[in-house]
Amino acid sequence: MLQQIEGSRAVAETVARCRPEVVCAYPISPQTHIIEAIGAMVKAGELTPCEFINVESEFAAMSVSIGASAAGARAYTATASQGLLFMMEAVYNAAGLGLPIVMTLANRAIGAPINIWNDHSDAMAARDAGWIQLFAETNQEAADLHVLAFRLAEELSVPVMVCMDGFILTHAVEGIDVPEQGDVDAFLPRYEPRQVLDPAHPISIGAMVGPEAFTEVRYLSHLRQLDALELIPALAAKFALAFGRPSGGLVHSYRTDDATTVVVAMGSVLGTIKDAVDQRRALGDRVGVVGITTFRPFPFEEVRRALSGAHRVVVIEKAFSVGYGGVLAADVASATHDMSLTLHSVVAGLGGRAITQHSIESILDDAAAARLPSVTFLDLDRDIVNSERARIGERRRSGPSAENVLSDLGSVASRIG
Amino acid sequence: MFQIRFHGRGGQGVVTAAEMLSVAAFDEGRFAQAFPSFGSERTGAPVVSFCRIDSRPIRSREPVLKPDALIIQDVTLIHQVDVFAGLSSEGYVLINTSKSVDELGLGDFLGTFHRERLLTCPATELALEHLGRPLPNAVLLGGFAALTSQVTLESIALAIGQRFSGTTAERNVVAATAAYQLVVRAEEELERAATN
Repeated sequence: MLQQIEGSRAVAETVARCRPEVVCAYPISPQTHIIEAIGAMVKAGELTPCEFINVESEFAAMSVSIGASAAGARAYTATASQGLLFMMEAVYNAAGLGLPIVMTLANRAIGAPINIWNDHSDAMAARDAGWIQLFAETNQEAADLHVLAFRLAEELSVPVMVCMDGFILTHAVEGIDVPEQGDVDAFLPRYEPRQVLDPAHPISIGAMVGPEAFTEVRYLSHLRQLDALELIPALAAKFALAFGRPSGGLVHSYRTDDATTVVVAMGSVLGTIKDAVDQRRALGDRVGVVGITTFRPFPFEEVRRALSGAHRVVVIEKAFSVGYGGVLAADVASATHDMSLTLHSVVAGLGGRAITQHSIESILDDAAAARLPSVTFLDLDRDIVNSERARIGERRRSGPSAENVLSDLGSVASRIG
Repeated sequence: MFQIRFHGRGGQGVVTAAEMLSVAAFDEGRFAQAFPSFGSERTGAPVVSFCRIDSRPIRSREPVLKPDALIIQDVTLIHQVDVFAGLSSEGYVLINTSKSVDELGLGDFLGTFHRERLLTCPATELALEHLGRPLPNAVLLGGFAALTSQVTLESIALAIGQRFSGTTAERNVVAATAAYQLVVRAEEELERAATN
């Protein structure tokens, strides 16, 4: 039933309908509403059998999830930003052990400077951890992806991270059709673990592996991720049949048929980009969008196919590798290395800076006029940057950049957006 | 698409107001989106929230930069925050104050707008009278329904009932209805003044 509810609420209800048996999480903005809601459902006896375990940190939350999953329970957790970094050793272990934990990542910037707002730095920090990473464009998709995530995780015995933009999605109220219990039960079979700690049939999980076999065990993880490239579209097709709407999949193209310029992006910014594309299409520009739903494993073939007609590709992404440039742009460049196209990396929306349709259209104008550099920081305030650069050049003890920049900027309370 | 921006202070229910308005529009069969502009909120700090209403699905995730209507829950913000930023000359403004628009000292600024679309409503006083607490958010939605006709008072009442329960819901509905009636009366007076 379609309801006008908050994204976090929809995710919490959907996760509950996936019948997790252990939920262990530590609260951190902007993930908090999801965990509070699930906690309340467990306490009220609406989600049963399920144990909600309170712990002292994110490291413990993932460690408990690992233990629960290894003992054969369907395990769920959620985090964001510094919370993900704090649990990172265990995040790698979950993947290395092949435990099908599902985690929501309410995408948020990473400090310092401390910042609670949205970008994709946290997801990028876990890019190489061995988890499947799915990005939601809308709250409907954020909810649906969790049903797909449990099925995918358990079929492959790989953990899955569902990335949803913090605040922009988690705190947005919109019409969402929370998957019905009966439909979820029909789509998501009982968890049959591939490996389980069972006192009746003792085994050990987590052996030390030396140079004699480490490469092979790692390669097996790689193969499982490559299997996901086959399974994800198949599950998305099944999901569409079962729930009557599309969700999940690898990549999604919008108005790319005759497009010479294609924008590539992930997450909720795709909506604003689609509005910008419609606007440019009305003016006769041949522009389109490709949304990446599955970031890890990276769908090289599908990205190539989606960009096959493009002369110019603009990758708009909410994270970058300091000293390198856009992370997604590098992957897209790798996928299209032998194709004849010009690639631009646009870093945008860092630390919650709004990505406006106006700015996206300016980028498209610059690209069309061949004046867009290969790497751009959207809406960068050059005056502020130059003033701090000058201060650093003038004296040794120039002080902390974050504080200096804030002082140059003055009051921001009067600003909107 | 009709876009509304709410300005208020932490603790006034600015975010809840946008949510309730989106629920009212949703209940009328339209598409709606509500979201906050979150900072590290503290009670009393300026807070902004947004609501979009449309007859088709809403994809944009940018903040509302060109609002069709403003709901200003705390009148002291008009001299602190650029609350009118991006408002079109066709826009609506509802300000929570017991003063009249002329008494607010907005001066020449008002000339660029339709006078009958700029109204004040003593929502805090109505909230104190009916709820016993200075919470103007749901009350102002009643005034908004009268000012813009974007949603009906009945839908606002339904949305209040979905968000609150028991006497809190009932009293908010009574206060919102009173705000609705005050705004209707203010509009009638402006119309009479214009025809005389």
